[in-house]
Amino acid sequence: MASITEKQVQMIEEKAADIRETIIEMLVAAGSGHTAGPLGMADIFAAFYFHILKHDPKNPTWDERDRLILSNGHITPVRYAAMAHAGYFPLEEAMTLRKFGSRLQGHPEREKLPGVETTSGPLGSGLSQAAGMAYALRMDGKTNHVYALLSDGEQDAGNTWEGAMFAGKNRLHNLTAVIDRNNIQINGMTEDIMPLEPLREKYEAFSWHVLEVDGHNIEAFCDAVEEAKAIFEKPTVVIAHTIPGKGIKEIEFDYLWHGKPPKKDEAERFLKELRTLRGKIKSEHE
Amino acid sequence: MNTLATPHNLAPGVLEGKPELLPTRDGFGKGLVEAAEANKNIVALCADLAESTRIHWFKEKFPDRYVEIGVAEQNLATVAAGMAAAGKIPFIASYAAFSPGRNYEQIRTTIALNNHPVKIVGSHAGVSVGPDGATHQMLEDIALMRALPRMTVLSPCDSTEARKATLAAAAYRGPVYIRLAREKTAIVTATDAPFEIGKASLVLEARDPEIGIIATGPLLYQALRAAVERQDDVAISVLNLSTIKPLDDRAILDLASRVKGIVTVEEHQIAGGMGSAVAECLAAHHPLPIEFVGMHDRFGESGEPDELIARFKLDAKGIGEAIDRLLKRT
Repeated sequence: MASITEKQVQMIEEKAADIRETIIEMLVAAGSGHTAGPLGMADIFAAFYFHILKHDPKNPTWDERDRLILSNGHITPVRYAAMAHAGYFPLEEAMTLRKFGSRLQGHPEREKLPGVETTSGPLGSGLSQAAGMAYALRMDGKTNHVYALLSDGEQDAGNTWEGAMFAGKNRLHNLTAVIDRNNIQINGMTEDIMPLEPLREKYEAFSWHVLEVDGHNIEAFCDAVEEAKAIFEKPTVVIAHTIPGKGIKEIEFDYLWHGKPPKKDEAERFLKELRTLRGKIKSEHE
Repeated sequence: MNTLATPHNLAPGVLEGKPELLPTRDGFGKGLVEAAEANKNIVALCADLAESTRIHWFKEKFPDRYVEIGVAEQNLATVAAGMAAAGKIPFIASYAAFSPGRNYEQIRTTIALNNHPVKIVGSHAGVSVGPDGATHQMLEDIALMRALPRMTVLSPCDSTEARKATLAAAAYRGPVYIRLAREKTAIVTATDAPFEIGKASLVLEARDPEIGIIATGPLLYQALRAAVERQDDVAISVLNLSTIKPLDDRAILDLASRVKGIVTVEEHQIAGGMGSAVAECLAAHHPLPIEFVGMHDRFGESGEPDELIARFKLDAKGIGEAIDRLLKRT
């Protein structure tokens, strides 16, 4: 059964389109940063900030909030864009990304920007931190849910699997991980650099409940996250198949877009394309 | 008994060469249980070395607040960072060679940069680990930890001080590294000696000192032995530097202003260690000849602790030789 109405889905799709535009604008203003990953995760971040998370943008340290841990800190433009649209800070501040004096560091810092749950960038350490949070919250009888967003590239890291083992052993049902399965990493395709498959079976072997969805199907993703909450014996990982650079044809699937920002003329073209896409979203729902 | 120098807050038998012996890790184990009795937010995590780090005393008393991590030091640091983010005060224990040896980046990013109150307890530091050999004799941990912004670095000289350092670390807001040793070593400080993070203590005060020895960790006892053995020909004051960071500049400069030269003593590489910290302070404020007793860019090896301390000239005799070198320079 769907956990979300069609109207909600449409609202989230609109937000995702806003987030994508903001990402392109932020990256052009910054002149450096990652493009493909943030675009690919725009739908999922929109789903989190506008539907899934229990949070209060005006009170980012609210004790009852769910925790969203971003392990692969390099896609932080998507988090910043989502936070700005959700009301954590003004949209203009998003354009200070990577600039001197900005709270929006190139990789996110907990001490700089309220609402960033942990400092990240060096890959592989987010799952363990999320597991530690889930463990401590459960010790105190709290019901906040902990979400860990991971890249597929950082599945190469031993620390990821140490965290997976710990969460599996401790049956952390209040922990849901989401893997951005976009199949690219800096040096090329994940299966060429260091094969991850069979990824589902790996997590199952570590005592996790595993779901696989299309990461751009907002309804399916929200349903999966809802199902994860109903699993009481295990932590759940949602393997979200995404298209890197989603929304801009030139960027989609191209690993060369992993770590560079668009140039000004490219950005104009991309923004136009995104606005056309937004027209398509509307027409699909009309 | 030294008639020229005044001892401060020393335990019975120390200057006579008959101290009681206990490992610093015991003081930690005791202190942690005490701290945990007073504060229910304290939790303990261990990477499969509960008994040898003495964290098992906590485990026995507070099983619900004790977390097994297995042989996974990166996970040790990161799970602790997550627990701290959820309001806990985690103590993480392993051998110093593995934590902070193996998990330095996780400590840097998820503990120090996040500014979480995780207390990193590195046991089995120094060559006095003995028969286990170079792999387990951590000699670079002070350098790693003192270079990290926000990190406080404690290196207690004996079991008594280790207990107090643990209690102080538990009450301290930020991340702390506590360096411990495996072997039974002399109890140098009195039970009621004051301990405060960031404060060095003059444990032997010569009336008109020529030389100052600054020592950290259990080698403080060897420094005191050297001072006593040389008392008839050279007046020596001895400073116990149990907080390496933040450095007690005032105590170091106060000592430096009275002497012709300084000997630093530590069971650690010379590069980046306590002596380096002292040298940074003196070079900036009061340049003075320094002799560094420590490991000179080499690893340890298997052997009995006493043999190794002597082999690497970290004992009273080795310190005496450093005093002679210093006297020739001044």
